[in-house]
Amino acid sequence: MSTKTLDASQTTRRNFLKAASGAAATALTLGFEWSGFSRRAAAAGAPAASAAPFAPNAFLRIDSDNQVTVIAKHLEMGQGAYTGIATVVAEELDADWAQIRVESAPADAKRYANLVFGTMQGTGGSSAMANSWNQLREAGAKGRAMLLSAAAKEWHVPVEELTVASGTIHHSGKNRQATFGALVATAITLPVPDHVTLKDPKDFKLIGQRVARVDAAAKSNGTAQFTLDVVFPGMLVALLKRPPLFGATVQSFDPTAAMAVTGVVKVVQVPRGVAVIAKSFWAAKQGRDALMVEWDESKAEKRSSAALMDEYRQLAEQPAMSARKDGDAVQAIHDAARKVSASYEFPYLAHAPMEPLDAVVKLGAGSCEIWAGDQFQTVDQANAAHTAGLDPQQVSIHTLYAGGSFGRRANPGSDYIVEAVSIAKAYGVEGTPIKLQWTREDDIHGGLYRPMYFHKLEAGLNAESRLTGWRHVIVGQSIMAGTPFAALIKNGIDGTSVEGAANVAYAIPNLAVELSTTQTGVPVLWWRVVGSSHTTFAVEAFIDEVAHAAGEDGFTFRRKLLDQHPRMKAVLELAAEKSGWTQGPLPKGKGRGIAVAEAFNTYVAQVADVSVDEDGQVKVDRVVCAVDCGTPINPDIIKAQMEGGIGFGLGAALYGAITLKEGRIEQDNFNGYRVLRMNEMPTVEVHIVPSTEPPTGVGEPGVAPVGPAVANAIFAATGKRMHVLPFSRKA
Amino acid sequence: MPTSFVLNGKPTTLDADPEMPLLWAVREIAGLPGTKFGCGMALCGACTVHLDGKAIRSCITRLSAVAGRQVTTIEGLQSRPAMAVQAAWVELQVPQCGYCQSGQIMSATALLEKNPAPTDADIDGAMSGNICRCATYSRIRAAIHAASNSMKA
Repeated sequence: MSTKTLDASQTTRRNFLKAASGAAATALTLGFEWSGFSRRAAAAGAPAASAAPFAPNAFLRIDSDNQVTVIAKHLEMGQGAYTGIATVVAEELDADWAQIRVESAPADAKRYANLVFGTMQGTGGSSAMANSWNQLREAGAKGRAMLLSAAAKEWHVPVEELTVASGTIHHSGKNRQATFGALVATAITLPVPDHVTLKDPKDFKLIGQRVARVDAAAKSNGTAQFTLDVVFPGMLVALLKRPPLFGATVQSFDPTAAMAVTGVVKVVQVPRGVAVIAKSFWAAKQGRDALMVEWDESKAEKRSSAALMDEYRQLAEQPAMSARKDGDAVQAIHDAARKVSASYEFPYLAHAPMEPLDAVVKLGAGSCEIWAGDQFQTVDQANAAHTAGLDPQQVSIHTLYAGGSFGRRANPGSDYIVEAVSIAKAYGVEGTPIKLQWTREDDIHGGLYRPMYFHKLEAGLNAESRLTGWRHVIVGQSIMAGTPFAALIKNGIDGTSVEGAANVAYAIPNLAVELSTTQTGVPVLWWRVVGSSHTTFAVEAFIDEVAHAAGEDGFTFRRKLLDQHPRMKAVLELAAEKSGWTQGPLPKGKGRGIAVAEAFNTYVAQVADVSVDEDGQVKVDRVVCAVDCGTPINPDIIKAQMEGGIGFGLGAALYGAITLKEGRIEQDNFNGYRVLRMNEMPTVEVHIVPSTEPPTGVGEPGVAPVGPAVANAIFAATGKRMHVLPFSRKA
Repeated sequence: MPTSFVLNGKPTTLDADPEMPLLWAVREIAGLPGTKFGCGMALCGACTVHLDGKAIRSCITRLSAVAGRQVTTIEGLQSRPAMAVQAAWVELQVPQCGYCQSGQIMSATALLEKNPAPTDADIDGAMSGNICRCATYSRIRAAIHAASNSMKA
C-alpha cells in the first residue's frame, strides 16, 4: 500500500489523504485528489465559495443544485463505459440514477491511469469496468460517507441513525431529510475518510439491473457530439494526402491546382504527406483531389498479400520461437495412431469505425488543445507534445464520444492526432482551430490493420481416440514491436500474437505453441479482441476437425478436455443446452457449430446455426451465446456487446479482407471492404452466467467464437472446412 | 450561387457551390450536425435524410438537386412514425457508438411513413443500406417493430 500526497495548494485545503485500505488498495490511491473542485475554483479565479461543488475525489462531483457528475476516465465508443462507470459510482453513493450525468476526464495519468495498463490513461483490452471496479466503488462510497457525515453534523445526530436512498438522506427520529445537493456546503468542509465499507452485493440496487444508457437519448436524436461535429469560429478543415504505398514519402508537390479551389487556404507538407487546409470539408476535399504530389516509392512495401502468405506458409515449416511447451508434442504426434493437420489463413483487417478518424487541434503560445474521440489520452498527449514542441502538461485533451473504434483510436504512435498537430503547426497561425478529417478511403488505405497470419496445426490421437499431442505454429507480424509496448515482448514472443493459442484451455499432455514473427512495411494494430481474432478461429476450427477424426461431436469432445477450466466448461455447457445441441442433427442444408473462447478473463461460448443453399450461399440463422463476465454490472449492455461482437466478428469471417497488390491496398470503401449488414444479421440469444466474481470486460470477447462456430456449422451442413478467411474468398 | 429549398419545414437559401453534396451543405452551412459522414459514396447510409419524404443519401446528392424541394434531417423529424421510432430506439437501447443512428432513424422513419407495419423482409429491404459497425441490427429490427406496434395503439 502506498501513500499519495496532494500538491501544496490542495493540502492546505484538505486533510492529507492516505491510501485507502483493504483489498482494493492498489486501485484507490490514484483518484483521490480534489480535481473538480480545484479546477473549477481556478477557473473562477477565486477560492472556494459556498456555491462550490462537493468533489471528494477525481471521479465524483456534486453540485448544490443536486446534479451528480461522474467523471469517466474511459472513452465511450459504444461499449457502454459511461453507463457502467456511472452505475458503479451511483450504486455506492446511493444516488438517484436520474441525477447522474457523465463527463469525460482530462488527460492525467496520475489520477486517471488505466490500472490494468499501469501508468497510462487509456481504454482497451475490455478493461474499463475490470480496472475501475474497486476504484469507483470506493469513490462512490467515500462520497456517500461524507454526505452522511455532513447530515449528521448539520442535524446533530449520530451517523448511524441516518439512512440514504435515491439521493436523499433521512433521519426518521427528527423527521428530517435532505438531498445530496443541500449537503454540499457542509460536505466540502469535512475530511475524506480513510476507510469505507463497500456494499454487500445483495444490497445492490443498480448493479445487475437494466439501467438505461446515459447516451441513448442523445444518440437517438442527433444531438450526441462527436469530433465530426466540433465547430469553432474561424475553424479550418484539413485533408491529408498520404502516400499510395506504405513507406513512400513526398518527393515533390505542386499546390497550384489545389490552391485554385475556392475555399482552400493553404497547402502544407507534413511528415505524413501533404495537407490541404480549407474553409470547409468540401473545399479541402476538392483541393486534395486536385493536388499534385510526386512520391518517392524507393523504400516502400511493394509486395502483394499472396506473396506475403507464400512466405508465411514457408516460415511455418522452419524453426520458430516457443510460446508454450508441455511435454513433447512432436514426438507424441509422431507416435500417434491417428494424425490430423490443417492450416488457416487470415487476412489484414481494417477496423473501419463508422466515424472516420478526425481530430480538432488548436495550437497557441505554449498550449495545444485537442478534441477527439481519444482512446489513449496520455499517449496521445505525449505524442502531441513531442510534435508541437511542448511539454505534455501543456497539451489538454477533450475526449468526445467516438463513433466506434474497435482498437483503431488506441494506437501507440497516435497517427491521426500527430497528423492534426503537425498540420496545425505547419499552418503556423496561433489560435486557429484546425479539424483533420479522414475520408473512408483514407481509413481503408490508412494501415494499422489487424495483421495477416498463417496458422499451422497438427494433432495426434492415440488408439483410444484421446488427444495426445498438439502443435500450433503461428506466423505473422508483431503488433507491439517498434512501439513503446515492445517492452512487453518477452523471449521473442509478442503475447498479442499468441493469446488464445498459447493459453489453450484444453487438457493436452503434449503441447507446443510456436511463433514466427514477420516484418512487412504494413503498419499493424490491435483489432477488436486482438490475438483471439485469429487464434480462437484456428484453435476452435481445428479442435472440431480433431473431434471429427476422433468420431465425437464437437461439444462432447471439448467438454471432456475442460475439467481444469470450470468457467469455460460452464459457458460451453450453457450454450449447448440453450441451443438445443443435444437434440440431434439438423435437416439437410442446415448445420450447427460450436466454439468457445476466453479473452480478457471473460468466457464466451457460441453455437451457430446456418443454412447453406444449393449454390453454397451461407446464411447464419441464429447464434446462441453464453457469457461469464463475472459480476454482471448491466445485463442489457452485456447482451448488446455480445450481439454487436457477433455481428462484427461474423462480418469479418464472411467478408473482411484488406489485400495488397504490389503494395497497393485493393479496397477503397465499403464496396470493396464489405462488412455485415442488416439482412445478414442472425438472431442472437444471449445467456449470462450469474456470478459474484469481479467483473471482466464484454466489449471484445463476444467477437472471438462466432467465426469458428459458423465455420464448424458450415462443415456440419456441407462437409467442407473453412481454411481461408474470409469465407467469401476462394482458397 | 444560392440554392433555395425547404429545410426542416423552413424556407432556406444556402449560398454555396451547387455541386457541394447536400450532406456538407446541411452540416457546415446550415449548421445541422446530426447528419453524419461515413463513406461519401452512398454505401453506408450514415448521411441519410429525407427528400420529399423519401430516404436519400445526402453525401452523393448535389445541393442543386434539392432546389425547391423539401429536405428533412434528424433535427427536423416531427411525424408520428418518427416520434415512435425515436422512442423505441431509447426504449430498446439501440445505440452503441451512435454515429450511424441518425441515418438508421431516418431510414426507419421513411419506411414506417410509407409502410406502418413492415415485415422482416421489408425491414431488410429498407435498412440494409445502413451500416452499423457496432452491429446493433437486432435491436434496430426490434425497435422498428416496436415503433410499428406503438402506432397501432
